[in-house]
Formats: sequence, structure tokens, C-alpha cells
Amino acid sequence: MKYVIIGNGTAAIAAAESIRARDGRGEIVMIADEPYHTYGRPLISYYLLGKTDAERMKYRADDFYSENGIETLFGKRAVKLDPEKKEIVLADGERIGYDRLLLATGSRPFDPPMEGIERVSHRFHFMTFADALALEKELSPEKRVLIVGAGLIGLKCLEGIADRVASVSVIDMADRILPSVLDAYGAGIVQRELEKRATFYLKDSVATFEKDRAYLKSGKQVAFDVLVVAVGVRPNVELLKEAGGAVSRGILTDDGQRTTLQDVYAAGDCTESYDVTAGSNKILALLPNAQFQGACAGTNMAGGDAHFTNAVPMNAIGFFGSHILTAGSYVGETYEEKSERTYKKLFYADGKLKGFILVNMPERAGIYTSLLRNAVPLTEVDFEALKREPGLMAFSASYRAEKLAGAAASGAREE
Amino acid sequence: MKRIYVNEKWCLGCHLCEYECAFANSGLTDMVKALKGKVIHPKIRVEDGEEVHFAVNCRHCSDPICVHSCIAGALSQGADGVVGIDTDKCVGCLTCVLVCPYGAIMPAADGHVAQKCMLCIDNVCGEPNCVKYCLNNAIVYEERD
Repeated sequence: MKYVIIGNGTAAIAAAESIRARDGRGEIVMIADEPYHTYGRPLISYYLLGKTDAERMKYRADDFYSENGIETLFGKRAVKLDPEKKEIVLADGERIGYDRLLLATGSRPFDPPMEGIERVSHRFHFMTFADALALEKELSPEKRVLIVGAGLIGLKCLEGIADRVASVSVIDMADRILPSVLDAYGAGIVQRELEKRATFYLKDSVATFEKDRAYLKSGKQVAFDVLVVAVGVRPNVELLKEAGGAVSRGILTDDGQRTTLQDVYAAGDCTESYDVTAGSNKILALLPNAQFQGACAGTNMAGGDAHFTNAVPMNAIGFFGSHILTAGSYVGETYEEKSERTYKKLFYADGKLKGFILVNMPERAGIYTSLLRNAVPLTEVDFEALKREPGLMAFSASYRAEKLAGAAASGAREE
Repeated sequence: MKRIYVNEKWCLGCHLCEYECAFANSGLTDMVKALKGKVIHPKIRVEDGEEVHFAVNCRHCSDPICVHSCIAGALSQGADGVVGIDTDKCVGCLTCVLVCPYGAIMPAADGHVAQKCMLCIDNVCGEPNCVKYCLNNAIVYEERD
């Protein structure tokens, strides 16, 4: 059996590990355009912050590929999928045959049309280690940086560079920072913290760029030396789409990560997931989700029977010592606790916990995540107690007997 | 593997396990120096109800969601089943805190990394110090699976 994996990120690594757990002999080939040993993508901001380095960023040990008998074709780009011949074509024309194929092609930065952007010579994205290295070369104490996009990527970039440059400005069309994960109150707490390090221009956008100046729609001007565009990402679906596989916004798969093409699987940021808290398909470009999908795909590629059925959005983001943990969907009734620096908001509907926002109160948040991922009926727990404080006391004695006292024959499992 | 199991009917809620945990991980040999007047950050925590008390620490799950979710590759499961954390690699993002269904992984005292129970194989005790000093066998360390 020959397994080919396109990608070298979280989903790809998880799939390779799952394949090897079931099939010690099959051939595994990993193809990726990035030339690096696998690394934790979200670590690039921590790299600029000085909290990690190239060595510690490695997502797996140096001998990962050799230990697992994986042939690596890094620095090579897959440009075509031929599902009839079961071959992948590389940019240099080489053709690689497969019995089972995984597309873990990730996503790429989205570049919206912005007038005059071509006049800006020092402009960057913030997705890859190469992006971080290129941006790092431009950082110095006199530089002014403009970041377009106050989402997760833009603000993690802000954190990474704030102490290495003269000033940072951030522009976003939304009325608040982190609009996809925070409501107004939560965003306010975080924004007040970040305003010590950056100037924000919200409900605003760039009308036109000159070489080192942005003219905003509001009439304001922002002078800068370095521009970072972080307005969003787009899934890399082209290989599958051009081969005739089903794609919506992301690659469509069943709950075993099978695409509509025979023996072709997909996992990670290039795919859509069924968000159990929303009851609809979404692109969940999040590292844990990529791992869950990749592991599921790998198991099935090697002849197993895995199903990934409890995808949910979830984010853990920190800025300068503040911690924001969120998960699920912001629908239904709510429970709130507010203070100057902390915020808890729980969302519940149909007798289930649907989502939560926790700002600077991370303690035991996973108990909430577990409730919503597993769609636990709130009648089974003391939800009034859980609202105030996540704890196992609010669960039944039999749940605790199984989970803590080993009452279940299977021993401790995560769910 | 050997795991810590809870007998909640025997737990008095004395919280001694929390102090023994903090002591074991303090790197000090004098308990008074290690703990007196200090705010402790144990890796085990006792939940107290009106009648019920019990201790919770890492279950060393056979399918550990914290390991799967770690963005840095800092959490891993050894061949012995122990879920360990490499604090050199951890960047303190708290994704593990976001996913642990037991609330058994938490920010470390300095706030920069996460911490979790490693069954005292990462300190001089070698075996769980919380279990060793539990007066009532409300937590035990046993091979059951």
C-alpha cells in the first residue's frame, strides 16, 4: 500500500501517525512546498516575540520522518491530481502514484483588492515561518508597522512585533477587534489592553495606498514603513476541485474525511467541518481540528473505521499575559459575569451548552468545551453550579465513578 | 498503566494532597520553606461540596485530547502512557486548558506555561506524592487496565 500525503502541517502529521499505528509496512510519502521540518504554524508570533525558536518550534522530533519510515519530498509543489491514473503531478513534472491520497494542503492568505497596494514595497503576510522570517528582517526600533486586519492573525502579529518596532497601527472594517471570536464587551477588555501597544482604526478601511502611507475611508492617514496584510485566509482546494472533487467553500468530506473522489481523503484547513454547535458546515481553520481530522483520515486510509463527528470552533489566544478562551456558537440564552478585566459569557439552547467566551478566566474551561463538543444534555448536570464555576461536582456521581474512579472497564478516556 | 484513582467516599476534603503536590514539585526538601506563607499552585485540586469531596488531577487518558490539541508539540504521551509536558516548548497558549474535560491542566505559577500532573516522575519523589500522604486512601495509585 502506498500512501501519499500532500502537506506537512498538523493534519498531515496526524494522518501519518495514524497510518503508521495501523500499517507498519506501507510506503508513506509526504509532499510539501514548504522546505522545513514540520513546525507549529501558530508559533510564528511566539517566534518573533522571542518565546520560542526554530528548534523548539518543531512540531515533532528531528527523527520523526526516519522513525516512521516516511519519504519526504519537501520544497516541491503538487500542481495536479489525476484521479484516473491515481497520480499526483509535481511542479517539476514528476508524477507520484498513490493507492491512498490525503490532501492536507491548508490555506493561504486572502488578498482583497486594495487600491495602490502595488506601490507598497515592504508588504507581508503572516501565515508561514517564511513570512515571519521575512517580516523579522524589517523589524527595527524606528519602524512603523501597519497591520490590516484585527483578527487572530493580525493581532498575534501585533503581539509578536510590538516591542521590536516604533509603533503599530491596526485597521479593521469591523466595529471591534477579534470580531469572529469576541462580542463587544469581551473585545473591549482586550482592546484596552492592546491599546497600550497599538493604535486601532476600527469601522474603517484603506481607500488607497501610497508607498508609505495609507489613506483611510474615514479621511484619516496612517504613515508606515512596513505593511502586514492579515484580512483572512482561503482554503487550498484547487487540486481536488480541478480533478472534479466536490468543493463548497472548502473541500467537502464525509465524517471519515473521504472526499468525493475514490481513495482521496482531505483534512485540515482546506476542508469544511460540520460544526455540531451550529448545525452547519464551516471551515474551522484551527490546529486542534486539523489534528482530529488528520488522525481520522489516517486511520481510515489504513483500513480502519474512524468517524470525526464532534467538530466545534475553539480558540485559545493570549496577548501580553491576557488569555481569551472561546468555543462553539454564540446562540441562545446567555449567562454573564463581568468585571473590569474578566468576562464570562455562556450560551445555551435546546438544553445544551452551545458556546462560551472566557476572558482572563481560563481555569478549567475544558469542562465547558467537553459539554458542548459532546452535546451533553444539561439535564444530566447541575448547570446552575456549572455556570458559576466549571467543576466535576456538577456531574453525576456515576460520571465521576467512571471518569475518576476507573469504574468503566475501558479505563480513562477523554470522552 | 498505573493511574491515580479516586475513592470519593473516603475523601475528607483536607486538601493535604494539594500541599503534598506543591511540595513535591517545589524542588525543596524542607516543607516549611517550600510552603509556609506561599500561595501554592498544585497540579491536583480538591473539589468541595456540602457532603462530597474529591481530588482531580490528570487522568493520563488513553486518547489524550490535550496532546492532540497542543499547538507546539509540547505535550506528548510516552510509551509508558504518561502524558508529559515539555515546558521548554510550551508557549503558554492554554489550548490544553481549553480542551481538557477534567480541568486537570492549568497555567503554571509564572503564567508563562501550562502545568499538569506527571505522576511525580518529573521530580525527586518518583511516585505520586499526593497518594503517598493521603490519610484515608481517598486517592490510590493502581494498575487496573
